[in-house]
Amino acid sequence: MTMARAAASRRSLLGHSYNLVGVVASLVILAWTLVAIFAPYIIPHPIGDIVDDDYFGPMRQGLLLGSDYLGRDMLSRVLMGARYTVGISLAAVCIACFSGVVLGMVAAVTGGWFDTCLSRFLDAMNSIPSKLFGLVVVAAVGSSIPVLILTLAVIYIPGAYRFARALAVNINTMDFMTVARVRGESTAYLIGSEVLPNIIRPVLADFGLRFVFIVLLLSGLSFLGLGLQPPLADWGALVRENIGGLPFAAPAVIVPSLAIASLTISVNLLIDNLPQKIRDRDA
Amino acid sequence: MTNLVEVRNLRIEAKTDSGRIVEIIKGVSLDIADGEIVALIGESGSGKTTVALSLMGHARPGCRITGGDINVNGKNMAALSEKQRAKLRGTDIAYVPQSAAASFNPSATIMEQVIEVTRIHRLMPPQKARKRAVELFRALSLPDPEGIGARYPHQVSGGQLQRLSAAMALIGDPKLVIFDEPTTALDVTTQIDVLKAFKSVMRAGGIAGVYVSHDLAVVAQIADHIVVLKGGEVQEAGSTTEILSAARHPYTRELLAAFEPKRRQAHADADAGAKPLLRIDNVTAGYGAVRDDGLPLIRAVNAVSLVVEKGRNLGIIGESGCGKSTLARVIAGIHPAAAGDIIFDGRQLERAASKRSQDQLREMQIVFQYADTALNPAKPIEDIISRPLAFYHAMNRQARSKRVDELLDMVRLPRALRYRRPSELSGGQKQRVNFARALAADPKLIICDEITSALDTVVAAAVIELLKELQRELGLSYIFISHDLSVVEAICDEIMVMYNGERVEQITPDKLKAPTHPYSKLLFSSVPKLDPTWLDGLVRDPELVSQYGHR
Repeated sequence: MTMARAAASRRSLLGHSYNLVGVVASLVILAWTLVAIFAPYIIPHPIGDIVDDDYFGPMRQGLLLGSDYLGRDMLSRVLMGARYTVGISLAAVCIACFSGVVLGMVAAVTGGWFDTCLSRFLDAMNSIPSKLFGLVVVAAVGSSIPVLILTLAVIYIPGAYRFARALAVNINTMDFMTVARVRGESTAYLIGSEVLPNIIRPVLADFGLRFVFIVLLLSGLSFLGLGLQPPLADWGALVRENIGGLPFAAPAVIVPSLAIASLTISVNLLIDNLPQKIRDRDA
Repeated sequence: MTNLVEVRNLRIEAKTDSGRIVEIIKGVSLDIADGEIVALIGESGSGKTTVALSLMGHARPGCRITGGDINVNGKNMAALSEKQRAKLRGTDIAYVPQSAAASFNPSATIMEQVIEVTRIHRLMPPQKARKRAVELFRALSLPDPEGIGARYPHQVSGGQLQRLSAAMALIGDPKLVIFDEPTTALDVTTQIDVLKAFKSVMRAGGIAGVYVSHDLAVVAQIADHIVVLKGGEVQEAGSTTEILSAARHPYTRELLAAFEPKRRQAHADADAGAKPLLRIDNVTAGYGAVRDDGLPLIRAVNAVSLVVEKGRNLGIIGESGCGKSTLARVIAGIHPAAAGDIIFDGRQLERAASKRSQDQLREMQIVFQYADTALNPAKPIEDIISRPLAFYHAMNRQARSKRVDELLDMVRLPRALRYRRPSELSGGQKQRVNFARALAADPKLIICDEITSALDTVVAAAVIELLKELQRELGLSYIFISHDLSVVEAICDEIMVMYNGERVEQITPDKLKAPTHPYSKLLFSSVPKLDPTWLDGLVRDPELVSQYGHR
């Protein structure tokens, strides 16, 4: 029954079928991306300026999302926060997934000592608690955007590696891999042309999930004060700053939370509803 | 209501992913009387399994029964609710799947799974069910009927597992049993035991059966009536003897003709001084830890020697587990030999493929049994075929595109197929693509590992014809590995019989009637004949069977 309904809600365009949920999710992601890019030009007030004479001010004309714990414009701070949250997380997830997936496929295809050593090393990395690792790095080298990106990437490489390796090991046992090996193909061809196309969908889903994890970890680090330093603030830091507004039902604490939720949920929905190419035997 | 099963004007539709509706069963009618076995025969895609499943009121995902009556034991299966149907499944109608190995749960004992039906339908107390199961095991002539139920599925052989899945179907005392190609995956020597067991149990219980198969010779042994299907329509129906002796429909004749492939004429250029293309001396290979003498613990191939001459074909035949596929992998260098020499085209080859030169790799190609796993499902056909062109011959895009068209013509596939993915092709088409990829390398020797085993008789015969033609045009040599004697004798100049990792005999096809080695005798006598009385009249030397048969 659910299958029939899903099929009915799919529409087609240019030989691809897509559904409404995927479209809405991609629009939300696109909107946040545009905000992240153009934030400096669209914010109504500089993010450090105190513009309200009260703190945790309500939504009203001129201050559309109210004000924060110091009376700064919340709308401007959320718009600028998108920049750091989306930008840092995206950079980190790209590095983590790219290196993790490539290493995972190489390990699965070559096997032997390379696989064993790399797997054990990354398992060891995996066993370090992520927040603790972030704490140590920030304490050692200080907090800056490049350090944050690299730290987040390193934390999530072992997971991406495990995931890609598990998928690639299954593909590696197929006869077409044997055929390609007997043909004398290089490892680069094997992973890029034979393995990757068969695991790309789950890898993309994993990419989305991992992006969400990184957004949450970044927010967590900022919440602890280890992330971006004031007056810059990503969404996690905004929640942290304004947590005192909770008893007053201030928009200042709800809005950044909603922003985090809307982005992470949209990414998940998009990945579950990617457009599919229509393949019909006789078409 | 006179017959147990009366199907009238059955129609089943399927929906493609673009929402187009395709009618896959177009008005099929058939009758099955009490205690009668009816065979549904046809190529893959003919709808035979779909019709058989519809007798249980089941349509596979994406399919829908849209019209007609399916009366089984007085109930219209098409009109019942899913809940009512579930009540009948296992008690009135039972199903024996093609692959018993895939349909047993590996983590539960056999007995638990065999009596599961009685538990679900609350037919009898477990104590009684176990007793009944042991009786069935005995009736199906399984070894150790008292003890076999305590084992796990991986502890019994494929033939035994297939009989156990029949026991599972029979325990609910069904009126009708549906057999979905139950012996297709078995060796000929095992197939006989399974067929005999099925036949005697069905006859003793007076149970009606539907036997889905593409093998006319097997069907001839077990069925009373044959229904020939093609394209979702009944082509011809009649008693077994009628169909075998006086087939009217051209498709049925084609099936019959495919069963007896034309013998290959002796080579005109069979000059005595033909140069050996491939020579293998005392090759040993296996699995497990390497012992002090440098040989592996379990030897799958034991000191085998063979010679393939230019332009001539060698067939390797034997049951599963005899080491024939390992031998193919050893020759191709996928599984490096532990000892012995491989001399190809006058030069000694390295044992591992990774150490051979690109030209050596190019000149020897291997084609695998399952085109499904041998073709990358994520790539279009043209990419699959053109990769060897780019890799070995460094052709540019235009030259590749032209050559792909030529190769598709060579293997008799429409050119438009190049844009498709493997999953959109039929089994026979996939195997042709698989073969076209090997041809693209411009090889001298092609190792064919059971390439027709997964195909229907008619399709397999067409593939064999194609191989012969290509050999004439391109001067190829084949090593043809199969468990199917008729296929090997149709294409090979020499036949080597393997048993338990060793070469037992090498003969030419014209001497097939008189093999000298006892195992060859057993093997050759086990190939089913079209004659319906063949199985009942078959007398096998019990000493041979106990020595070489795997029951």
